Amino acid sequence: MDALLALIDANKIFNLTTLGHYWEGLLMTVQLVFMSLLIGLVISVPLAIMRTSKNRLINYPVWLFTYVFRGTPLLIQLYMIYYGVTLITGIQESIFWVIFERAYYPCLIAFVLNTAAYTTEIFRGAIEATPKGEIEAAKAYGMNWFKRTTRIVLPSAFRRAIPAYSNEVIFMLHASAIASTVTIIDLTGAARDIYARYYAPFESFLFVAAIYLCITFTIIFIFKKLENRLLAHLQPR
Amino acid sequence: MLDLQGYGPSIFSGAIVTIQLAILSVMIAFILGLLGAVAKQSDNRAARTIATLYTTIIRGVPDLVLMMLIFFGGQIAFNTFTEWLYYASDEKIDIFININEFVAGVVTIGFIFGAYMTETFRGAFLAVDHGQIEAGKAYGMTKFQVFKRIMFPQMMRHALPGIGNNWQVLLKTTALVSVIGLADMVRLATEAAKSTGEPFLFFIPVAGVYLALTAITEWGFAVLKKRYSAGTVEA
Repeated sequence: MDALLALIDANKIFNLTTLGHYWEGLLMTVQLVFMSLLIGLVISVPLAIMRTSKNRLINYPVWLFTYVFRGTPLLIQLYMIYYGVTLITGIQESIFWVIFERAYYPCLIAFVLNTAAYTTEIFRGAIEATPKGEIEAAKAYGMNWFKRTTRIVLPSAFRRAIPAYSNEVIFMLHASAIASTVTIIDLTGAARDIYARYYAPFESFLFVAAIYLCITFTIIFIFKKLENRLLAHLQPR
Repeated sequence: MLDLQGYGPSIFSGAIVTIQLAILSVMIAFILGLLGAVAKQSDNRAARTIATLYTTIIRGVPDLVLMMLIFFGGQIAFNTFTEWLYYASDEKIDIFININEFVAGVVTIGFIFGAYMTETFRGAFLAVDHGQIEAGKAYGMTKFQVFKRIMFPQMMRHALPGIGNNWQVLLKTTALVSVIGLADMVRLATEAAKSTGEPFLFFIPVAGVYLALTAITEWGFAVLKKRYSAGTVEA
């Protein structure tokens, strides 16, 4: 512990103030990523079911949503919501201003919509990969559509979606760095502040890169454990 | 041509910058990817370690952070190097190069996506039947001939879907260069939006350009797929 404190004292950049700044950035990044993934996940389940519908009126709007949000940069989506909403005339006087005053909520909305679009397509693929025999068996048992979906299709689709979803989680973590472009102090934002204060790009950005690397490895580790548990029946023996 | 309150031509020139950036960086990524994939399979331990470190680290860190590191740090590293060169050569070699945003953007994006391409190519190389390589060697081909005549053409068929995905992601990543100050489509649209107070007027056409580019290249990849699938039967 003393050695660590001595190390902190020895360099000009990593003192307690800047480390505290990084820590707040870390909390912001984790919070932003976790909240957007959670809300995006909840939205994407009904969307994925709609996306697999044979009715074009249900299927087509969801397709359009995922196509647009997956086909354009997240940065544009963020700017559109951040600048777009704040510049609407009269919003600053309305009650919604409480929500849009800070950059956090516009940013969260952009992230949620983006991750919901990707997750919907992941679930769509998983739902469509349901073996036909399982659905036929469910029908033979006299299950209606709702029971079939909640008991048979979704549970196995969620399991099949785990490997692809773990990629989406890491993608979201990395994409969250652009929150720093709309004044949010996340990990990247903290690194930019410290770079600007000390003009030390290597120290500030390499340090933050190492933190991101650690979070990435943690996510990979957790999902590996989860896969071993939930996809045990699919593993080669 | 859309006028967009007089900003039309400027945003159009930004679109050209975006396309140039994407094409040049995908070329760098392609070459780095091939080198990385070959290094990952080589018998040389050092080459394997470097390639593994490269793909692990690059794919574990956000693009924006790497971009800032290379853009802000690159200039300082370069200045330190030229300064050292100046004193080391008894004040004879005196160079100063200002790394511009475009070069920094191309190099960074190429470098980042080289890591993703490495993984794509590595998987595709593994998909080529080993007997093919042995047959090539039996014909007395050199290592390079085996690569150029046997591995590469067959590997491309397996790599194309992955390359297509990487390209789509790369295209969208080019938007990030606007953050480090390059006047691409996104930056020009942001400036126009801020000064006119009408963000949707500018961001919606820009989003449309990205969608159009994605659609065009999707078609292009379908054509390429046909070409590289010659001689195989669709399952």
